[in-house]
Amino acid sequence: MAVTRLADQVPRAQSAAPILVVDDIVKSFETPDGTVTAVDHISFDVAPGEFLAVIGPSGCGKSTLFNIIGGLIEGYRGRVAVAGETVRGPHASIGMVFQEESTFPWRTVVENVAFPLEIAGMAKAQRIERARHFIDLVGLTGFERRYPAELSGGMRQRVAIARTLASEPKILLMDEPFGALDEQTRLLLGDKVLAIQHQLKQTCLLITHNITEAVQLADRVLVMTYRPGKVKRMVAIELPRPRSSEIVSSDAFGRSVAQIWGDLREEASRGMRDDERHIAEHLS
Amino acid sequence: MTGRATRTFVPFALGFGTLVLFTLALEALIRAGLVNRFIVPLPSQIAGAFGRVIAEEDIPHRFLVTARESLWAALLLALFGIGFGVLLYRVRLLREATETWVAALASAPTVLMYPLFLVIFGRSETTIIMMGFVAGVPAVILKTIEGLAGTRRVLIDVGRSFKLSEVQLFWKILLPAALPTIFVGLRLGMIFALINIVGVEFLINFGGLGQLINDLAERYDLPGTYAAICFVILVSVVFFFLTDRIERWLRPVA
Repeated sequence: MAVTRLADQVPRAQSAAPILVVDDIVKSFETPDGTVTAVDHISFDVAPGEFLAVIGPSGCGKSTLFNIIGGLIEGYRGRVAVAGETVRGPHASIGMVFQEESTFPWRTVVENVAFPLEIAGMAKAQRIERARHFIDLVGLTGFERRYPAELSGGMRQRVAIARTLASEPKILLMDEPFGALDEQTRLLLGDKVLAIQHQLKQTCLLITHNITEAVQLADRVLVMTYRPGKVKRMVAIELPRPRSSEIVSSDAFGRSVAQIWGDLREEASRGMRDDERHIAEHLS
Repeated sequence: MTGRATRTFVPFALGFGTLVLFTLALEALIRAGLVNRFIVPLPSQIAGAFGRVIAEEDIPHRFLVTARESLWAALLLALFGIGFGVLLYRVRLLREATETWVAALASAPTVLMYPLFLVIFGRSETTIIMMGFVAGVPAVILKTIEGLAGTRRVLIDVGRSFKLSEVQLFWKILLPAALPTIFVGLRLGMIFALINIVGVEFLINFGGLGQLINDLAERYDLPGTYAAICFVILVSVVFFFLTDRIERWLRPVA
């Protein structure tokens, strides 16, 4: 059996001491319709070098969780800690890659990637050299002097990943980084992320709604419920590493996808019914 | 010719060609008697008047006077317009309290306030510069606010994720992101400023090209008047060229 269901207790990373601890997070928002709980008692750990994917239907609070871990949202209950240190606001150990296109259009590729090094006060020659290393890592050598407007969506997202990696974070936190890309590009960029993670032994936390992407990339997949977002299941992906997108044709891959879809389908259906009810109320 | 050169040359050639065609058409219409030549002189007469106006009316000096006034107004617009725009963007209460008034000022015929400015600053270049500044500043303020407020949230989040200070966030992300909109405001402001500058020169019979247009019009030298107006357009072209260069220098794009 390629997929291991863990028990319903709070899942824990099984190897070394966790580098990221998300402990009993609750976040509510005030809306005109009353208080809405976006994430509800979410807990999980991530071990050093591990790749964890968080998957859930639209509206389950994935992006809220992303912003909480990244330190961009305050006013929640619970605790986020990196290497034992509680996160209060943006943290140097966490590098964020956003879903939306986030390169700076007024900076060339090399200037974009060198941005965190510039902020850190590194000398220009040194930061350009360092930026070139990360540009090479994401496979964009030769495009250093190009502006984002001259690149494809996939290339721009690779620039954003290289920029975040240049800050050398302990944890790479990604919110649907390939969400706006076509499926083929998404699979190929997944290969690129796998190669980078393998090379840097990078701890990664991926927020996604794409099951294929989650299974292709992750060691474990945390399935969230539809609103309020809770941990429904932690699924270990026992596919061999190093991986590539070729694995999508394997039986084990298909079984993992089916397993996660089995958990997710009910939640996605709830989300769809909720949307339909809201639209019907709005129209009546 | 390279692709880039073609992309630059073709629009220029099309624009220039259209201007030449329009001039030739106007010449033909006037010669055919379809346009009254006592209201609109022949373009060939206007072209012929250039040499006379330049030699007899001290055009270089007047051009420099109007250009100098415009430059001062532009500097004031950039300094105070962008400055106030940033202030109003940062202080929400102040913005909500004043934005409507600034917008109202943008559409007000401020040129009619010239007697008040004459009383305050006298019949001087300062009056003309201040009239230009007052006409242009609302556009710069409003566009600066619009540019800053329109910065994509994700770019600000990127800055926050890299732990930028408020000052770094402004200089490294907000301002570069807002620059194209701010420059639209500056160009609009300078259009309004130049209209007022030449208008007030005309009204108070003082200074550069506006005064010359007044003199030539009173002499009913229509070819000369239109030739002088062409130099006002030249001032505008020079300033647009300069702002374009400054914008490309500050925020290079592909």
